[in-house]
Amino acid sequence: MRVHIDQEKCCGAGSCVLSAPEVFDQREEDGIVVLLDAAPPAELHDAVREAAAICPAAAITVEQVERV
Amino acid sequence: MTTVEPIDVEDGAGTVEAVGSVGTLGTSGTTGATPTPTASGPGSTHLASESGLVVPVGRGDGCPFDPPARVERVRREQPVVRARLWDGSSCWLVTRHQDVRAVLGDPRFSADATRPGFPFLTAGGREIVTNNPTFIRKDDPEHARLRRMLTADFMVKKVEAMRPEVQRIADELLDRMTDGRSAADLVAEFALPLPSLVICLLLGVPYEDHEFFQRRSGILLSLRSEPEDIRTAQQELHAYLVRLARAKRERPDDAIVSRLVARGELDDDEIASMGRLLLVAGHETTANMTALSTLALLRNPGQMARLRNDPPLIKGAVEELLRYLTIVHNGLPRLATEDVTLGGVTIRAGEGVLCTLNSANRDDEVFPDGDVLDVGRDARRHVAFGFGVHQCLGQPLARVELQIALETLLRRLPDLRLDVPFEEIRFRHDMGVYGVYALPVAW
Repeated sequence: MRVHIDQEKCCGAGSCVLSAPEVFDQREEDGIVVLLDAAPPAELHDAVREAAAICPAAAITVEQVERV
Repeated sequence: MTTVEPIDVEDGAGTVEAVGSVGTLGTSGTTGATPTPTASGPGSTHLASESGLVVPVGRGDGCPFDPPARVERVRREQPVVRARLWDGSSCWLVTRHQDVRAVLGDPRFSADATRPGFPFLTAGGREIVTNNPTFIRKDDPEHARLRRMLTADFMVKKVEAMRPEVQRIADELLDRMTDGRSAADLVAEFALPLPSLVICLLLGVPYEDHEFFQRRSGILLSLRSEPEDIRTAQQELHAYLVRLARAKRERPDDAIVSRLVARGELDDDEIASMGRLLLVAGHETTANMTALSTLALLRNPGQMARLRNDPPLIKGAVEELLRYLTIVHNGLPRLATEDVTLGGVTIRAGEGVLCTLNSANRDDEVFPDGDVLDVGRDARRHVAFGFGVHQCLGQPLARVELQIALETLLRRLPDLRLDVPFEEIRFRHDMGVYGVYALPVAW
């Protein structure tokens, strides 16, 4: 899995941090999303997908990468 | 719904990932042409989808925790319909979860209430936005610029660090409430003062003034308020906050109003508008959620017992209560700036839309058995805080306050019960934020 964020779109609601704190954080100065792990391990995939689904600003996209 | 303008849980448009149902039709150059939404008369293209509903739709004798039965019927049968507003004009009522997310997440639907044709739920609502509109009634990029001045203060880390302080406040309020007594009004002694104290601390507003601002925010929230009373209440609250901003210029502190002053980017009027939004939104919403959640749990003793026996359920339970109760119960207004097809109908540029969050949160396609309160359910996809870039700014704080308030109440008062018959409880049907006026309890 590859995770992408768009800091321009982010509105700082923080729901991604509640869903997957290992993968998302917020910038000190303005609460905008920060990506901690662009390729999270399998056990976090569900939480990351949930974070993308509930993001109000559609600032998170998830790309499924096939394992070779 | 704009009597509720200052306290919309929103403060919510990016594009949704899989909107599916939203797509632009040929816009045929109507953008900017803003037909006044007079009732659909002869020649209207909307006759086929007129629902006969007048919004806001009352609950009647229905279950006080449920959305109005007529709105629920519309959601199942005809999810995007025309409804009538108080002034005889019409707007679209959008009732399904998927469609509500699509509208609120789509920048083609504007939150700018100064645009002609914007739907208002009351005359008072229209009055509010003409005076110093805050960023919840602006669109990006101006909305984002203003909102980003506040997002750091409500970010998860910051709010989580406030847990000990919120816990201390909750405990002190319960100490006082239970001292030598066995009954009290939970709204007056716990549900309202808890978030009021917290938002005062955050903003740097003296809590001693709570009667002043609570009375005025009550007027701003009432669907029954006359426009003139709304204007007066708003002016008084505004003048109070302008004075506060000036005082912080003299004696700065570390709270939000003072830091907005120190930024030097906003004038006193703009700071006062922002302060008013945070002050009203910061206490009314959490206060009503706390009291209504307590009542809902008292009426669902099985769920209450489950939560008492398994305290870690509290986080999920709060999401489920937000979903089930959806206290911003009259819907969020938007105005289409382009033609958009939604749920099989075409919403034209210049037409108003009202997204009913409470019906979306009962949508069985997303929440099976949506009318059942189930504290073990995964309810995270609820839209109780709105959706899109205006989604509630204070949601991390609301969550922490609700988790602490409810957990503390259940733990410290194991015999908590209603002190009046359920039928005597007065519900806030006439307010922008739903809840109960008082909640007499005993323990």
